[in-house]
Amino acid sequence: MAWFKKTKEIKPEKKVKIPEGLWVKCDNCKEIIYKKEIEKNLQVCPKCNYHFRIAVAERINILADEGSFVELYADIATTNPLNFKDTIAYKDRLAENKKKSGINEAAVYGSAAINNRPVILAIMDFTFMGGSMGSVVGEKIARAAEKALEEKIPLITVSSSGGARMQEGMFSLMQMAKVSAAIAKLKEADVLYISIVADPTFGGVTASFAMLGDVIIAEPKSLIGFAGPRVIEQTIKQQLPENFQKAEFLLEHGMIDMVVERKDLKNTVYKLIEHFMPREEEKGM
Amino acid sequence: MAYYLDFEKPLEELETKIEELKRLSDGNEIDLSSEIRQLEKKAKDMRSEFFSDLTPWQKTMIARHPERPYTLDYITMMVEDFLELHGDRRFGDDPAIVSGIGKINGISMAVIGHQKGRGTKERIFRNFGQPNPEGYRKALRVMKLAERFKMPVVTLIDTPGAFPGIGAEERGQAEAIATNLMEVSKIKVPIVSIVIGEGGSGGALALSVADRLYMLEHSVYSVISPEGCAAILWRKNGELSLDDFSRAADALKLTTQDLKAFKIIDDIIPEPLGGAHREPETTAKRIAEYITKALETLRTKSTAKLIEERYKKIRKIGSITQT
Repeated sequence: MAWFKKTKEIKPEKKVKIPEGLWVKCDNCKEIIYKKEIEKNLQVCPKCNYHFRIAVAERINILADEGSFVELYADIATTNPLNFKDTIAYKDRLAENKKKSGINEAAVYGSAAINNRPVILAIMDFTFMGGSMGSVVGEKIARAAEKALEEKIPLITVSSSGGARMQEGMFSLMQMAKVSAAIAKLKEADVLYISIVADPTFGGVTASFAMLGDVIIAEPKSLIGFAGPRVIEQTIKQQLPENFQKAEFLLEHGMIDMVVERKDLKNTVYKLIEHFMPREEEKGM
Repeated sequence: MAYYLDFEKPLEELETKIEELKRLSDGNEIDLSSEIRQLEKKAKDMRSEFFSDLTPWQKTMIARHPERPYTLDYITMMVEDFLELHGDRRFGDDPAIVSGIGKINGISMAVIGHQKGRGTKERIFRNFGQPNPEGYRKALRVMKLAERFKMPVVTLIDTPGAFPGIGAEERGQAEAIATNLMEVSKIKVPIVSIVIGEGGSGGALALSVADRLYMLEHSVYSVISPEGCAAILWRKNGELSLDDFSRAADALKLTTQDLKAFKIIDDIIPEPLGGAHREPETTAKRIAEYITKALETLRTKSTAKLIEERYKKIRKIGSITQT
């Protein structure tokens, strides 16, 4: 747990795609910006409002009440069933990613409070193997849903993923069915599920729990889709429309409820909880 | 003319020779029947040998064999009084997924499957078996219809994957698949799913959440195609070789034997020697038998038990160290 309390000392910009140094070039508008300014702005570009990818620890700081997050089952690990080897062996790749990201897997979940309302919070980190979903991520999301169901408190997920994890083959694919079935149980029990979709979210994560939220929120300009833009371009051999697969595009096509800036996320989630699961009713239950 | 895969070429030569001999002896005084019998035995042995030791990549080729029976072929062979039901009632009708009702061994049920096309024109019409969101929504609509009338559901899986297109994204490909996964987990009637050819990732999974998941012996099921996997891992200067695909197919563990060992599928339906396309009728009959047998068990279960068992079955898939 200890490292969560130390989050303020962690320099997440080392983990995300921001280069080191005092000045940072924005991925979106290419402006050179003083790094401290971006940090102060919750890793959002003050010039163009681009939301940089952030690590789990920062996400917790932004969404949860200070010190409220308690991680659960941090050490669930894969058994490496395929003994997969790409350019390096899968187990070495995992070790490398643990070191790089400071977390054990591409998702972290636990209990937390949002303005004193208890929630179950599950967060993905794109830094860890592209946020890919294998058995561990699937298990954590399923357990998060089950915990929310058991405690009758809202489930909040924050997705950021390239999709199913190739290195665990069909085990990874099946996680899509597993997490979706777990979410189905939440819905039957009328427990609120809010899905926050961050940049980028694709494939098996979009096509399972990320798109199943009772309310789906995306951060501005996040890329969200099923197939990756390059695959689509290669398949149809056409130029993709402007804004394609951006959060605003999904909003326009009715796929998400709202696009919310990082600074307003916590309060928006809080308001939703207050509307859908008012405290009085909770006491009555 | 039969279509031979690359590794079957020696067999092609032999069988062409047999055909020639048969033509020669036809209406002739010369009796070649003993030679023909001999060669036929040799061909059979050769085929047995090839098929007893297929590599995952060769299996992938068989799973995609252009003569392999597709959903509509099986429907014609094993479903009585089939009536196709069209459309998702929201946007359109997706020809890449066929759905309808009919009888298998006397029991009325919903039958839903991916449909690839044969010949250029039909392949384009069927979008090479790659569904759009409306296909998945149609499938769910028909499943829910079956649920209301207490009819079991059978799905046949055969797709390279869900279609990666602009329209598909605009209309919510991911949402359509996710919703199917969620909704099918609680459908109140038995569902039996059979991978008959290519099980291509999420586009296949969206139809294969089931109480029993079977695969035809030489079909494959994978999180990503060997080509896609190889492209991500080993693309050098844009060039990929067959060896790379073969390596990826090995690594992905996409064969029926692997998936049975992983307990991801329930059983393997044996194919006739040389693959399903050699004896489609026999294959169809076997599939129908597996369906009927599975339903005999599943139909005795109460709805609550059926759904609970399905949940447990899906829930436990994963390969983790338990903590």
